[in-house]
Amino acid sequence: MITLTDFLVVSVALFCIGLYMIVSKHNAIQILIGIELMLNAAILNLVAFGKYDKLNNGGQVFALFAIVLAAATTAVALAIILNVYRRYKTIDPGEVNRLKD
Amino acid sequence: MTLARVLFYLMSFIVLASAVFVASTKNLVRSVFIFFITLFGLAGLYVLALADFVAITQIVIYVGGILVLILFAFMLSSRENLDAIQQQKSRFLSVDKLSALILAGLFFVVMLNMIFKMDTGNLGWIKQAVSANNVIKPTDLVTDNIGINLMTRYLLPFEAISILLMIALVGAAHLSRKEEME
Repeated sequence: MITLTDFLVVSVALFCIGLYMIVSKHNAIQILIGIELMLNAAILNLVAFGKYDKLNNGGQVFALFAIVLAAATTAVALAIILNVYRRYKTIDPGEVNRLKD
Repeated sequence: MTLARVLFYLMSFIVLASAVFVASTKNLVRSVFIFFITLFGLAGLYVLALADFVAITQIVIYVGGILVLILFAFMLSSRENLDAIQQQKSRFLSVDKLSALILAGLFFVVMLNMIFKMDTGNLGWIKQAVSANNVIKPTDLVTDNIGINLMTRYLLPFEAISILLMIALVGAAHLSRKEEME
């Protein structure tokens, strides 16, 4: 039998890897991947707790909502990254420090 | 040790190892492709948590949608730029990585401590659910129940999220258009 604690430990490890990527990377696409890892850790938590809600399925339904939200976020973030690249010719967030003109 | 437990260890090893590889590799394309494996392993973990429908959605939306989107954005950026980024990364290697490692490690220790202090087996609402027989069993069919709940109990969040998805798609299309027309 897999207990709740096992899922939580995996999810915490995944969250910390995502945090490390967000802090240390110099590339906006890799930072986006780090955010996706953290989101997936949160979804894993929702699903693991959702096992104890058979009638209302709260955890699983909101895991679905979180996946859809992640898709929307990624689409907008990639559009912003493309725009930033077109204007600054770089996608390093540390280099993007000028306003428009 | 049951088969489910062995599979759980296998899946979590695949997920964590590929995530560490994604975080540590210098090659951007390779990290994006290894991220596929992380997402597939996570879908396996969702199946082991008895959430089949969420696992299928994960594969369809993440692997089919988000990763293809990331690859598109990656292929649209030019080559010299990416080379410049890689060189820059290797120059500033040590200081950034060290502080990020310390931060992530401290977060890991704190949250792990919290999880083991929480003692998940004895939480009030979980005990209640177990005594009320409200726990999903491996033999149950959950998907039809999810469909019914989505259309009755969670109808308002469902509609709100569909509107938000439409707004986000229109916004993404607006943001990524060519600007020469102005």
